Amino acid sequence: MTIPSETTAEPATVTASADSGGAPVGRSPGQLMWRRFRRDPTGMASAVIVLFFILVAIGAPLISMLYGKDPYTQYGQERPDLLNEFGYPLGANGGISSEFWFGIEPGLGRDVFMQLVYGIRTSLLIALVATIATTLIGIVIGIVAGYVGGRTDYFIGRVIDVLLSFPSTLFIIAFMPVLENLMVKPDEETPVWLRAASLIIFLTVFGWAALARLLRGNVLSLREREFVEAAKVTGASPARIVFKELLPNLWTPILIQSTLLLPALVTSEAALSFLGVGMIEPTPDWGRMFLRGTEVYTDDITYLMFPGIALLIFVIAFNLLGDSVRDAFDPKIRR
Amino acid sequence: MLRFLTRRTIGAAFILLIVAAVTFFLFFAVPADPARLACGKVCPPETLAQARHNLGLDQPIFVQFVEWLAGIFVGREYEGLGHCPAPCLGYSFVNREPVFETIIDRLPVTLSLTIGASVVFLIFGIGTGIVAALKQGKPLDKIASVSSLVGASVQIYFIGTLAMYFLVFQWQVIERPRYVPLTEDPIGWAYGLMLPWVVLAIIFTANYTRMTRSTMVEQLGEDYVRTARAKGMSGRTVVMRFALRGTLTPLATIFGIDLASLIGGAIITETTFSLQGIGRLSIQSVTNSDLPMLMATVLLAAAAIVVLNVIVDALYAVIDPRVRLS
Repeated sequence: MTIPSETTAEPATVTASADSGGAPVGRSPGQLMWRRFRRDPTGMASAVIVLFFILVAIGAPLISMLYGKDPYTQYGQERPDLLNEFGYPLGANGGISSEFWFGIEPGLGRDVFMQLVYGIRTSLLIALVATIATTLIGIVIGIVAGYVGGRTDYFIGRVIDVLLSFPSTLFIIAFMPVLENLMVKPDEETPVWLRAASLIIFLTVFGWAALARLLRGNVLSLREREFVEAAKVTGASPARIVFKELLPNLWTPILIQSTLLLPALVTSEAALSFLGVGMIEPTPDWGRMFLRGTEVYTDDITYLMFPGIALLIFVIAFNLLGDSVRDAFDPKIRR
Repeated sequence: MLRFLTRRTIGAAFILLIVAAVTFFLFFAVPADPARLACGKVCPPETLAQARHNLGLDQPIFVQFVEWLAGIFVGREYEGLGHCPAPCLGYSFVNREPVFETIIDRLPVTLSLTIGASVVFLIFGIGTGIVAALKQGKPLDKIASVSSLVGASVQIYFIGTLAMYFLVFQWQVIERPRYVPLTEDPIGWAYGLMLPWVVLAIIFTANYTRMTRSTMVEQLGEDYVRTARAKGMSGRTVVMRFALRGTLTPLATIFGIDLASLIGGAIITETTFSLQGIGRLSIQSVTNSDLPMLMATVLLAAAAIVVLNVIVDALYAVIDPRVRLS
């Protein structure tokens, strides 16, 4: 891995002098990154798609108001003309109509479009909080291990070893009921917030280790560089060295990793819900739509198509965005 | 090499011990009572106490852990249940047999799934990657990169289910996936697992294509490749003998990770295709609160990760003579 400060500083002079044509214009690495990013059509397109998903998530109540339905009402149960006696939509293609744009959920008879729109909220929110938590913990532990070194580094390294050796999915599936047993009385229902919080905690616990290991490596090489030595000689406090010298040089790997982490966590959350330990009824959730979709797919494949395609587009857009962010930060890597 | 292997094996064993301890203490601190399961539905208090005693559950948790651990090496006697021979991972109250036997029973399914899929995705992934690297910027390269992007983003429970719906139920071109032992009927074995192999391969291939392509491009620009070309070696030899060798190191890393995650339980794949492998076994043991079984599957998955890590690191030295093991 090349050191970020070098890679961003080097083309800085090139682009600045080439573009302005006359007097050189000073640009921060962030501005340069943004200039490069704007010129990348794939990056911009995927950013627009990602933004669209985020806007839909934020504007879900507005969409619900305009569309005139909500994700909870069981339309199929209330109206006999929507579902047949086995609970499958009477209309063709999962009951798609001008009234129900994406059809009706088999069984409960809820509106699929609303489920999907509100489902983004759940998935994105959980993934976003987990990404932020993972990144923060990863940064702190990675920097501590790399900067302090010695016994602390060794100890953290072994903890990371163990964490990376844990079969995390299996462990979460197994431990979720245990946690619920401890937190919730047998005669009570599990509150939604508890499930969301446990998901976030589990995803974070198993997620930070990889980032911490990566950053530790970066810090190890940065620590030996002259500018850090210089700061030490001038008597800078460790806090100053960490925040003013090391951290600015670590933003590139941090940003790249977290852009790639978010879609990974969205799919992890969906996978856990698919396996039955994710979000619980009646909260709309993509993973649970998959679970229901795979239960009824032989009779109603349409219901599975919507979350499937939506998640596919979302993940592709996010992965492309991650690649473009990396290219913009580090133009040396041309794939 | 020997010193490296010894040191890493000890380290791996230590990690496994910690994983086992953490899992054991977390799960056995649960209110679920294995003795009640062993005892059956109608359970008089005396019988329950007896069952608890037989299973060693009346002892302090630390003693239980040590006994469980010792059982792996020397076997264990369960009063009233019989002997559990040497790699004894405990006794399942749901299946009423030693856990190890069930694991051995299910392992071939998961291994067949893993090995078959690996062969498919390694051939396609590396092959496509090499072609894409040699045809940089050409249409073939673009197709490879677009399809690998889609492949990497797709979810197994989505395309797996779609494949089941269209290929198995609608068009009936292939039968429902099932497991036939390789020793019984090799053709039936391959035929029964073909669909899961292909679906798994679609998802995993992408990673290898991307990795092979980017490393290969890098390697082709290296000095030693130029030297080989200058010596007048044919293009094929340069690519296959020189550049490919340099590409194998990063590939070994991701292959180790993928292999471990597949052996440790292709939970979602096995659920999607209803195959009775380790992944399904682990899910079933969660549903049944079969703690000894669950412990065993967690430990197996962790062992797969740890052992493959050591193997991959040792392989580095074999693949790349510049790597020194220390």
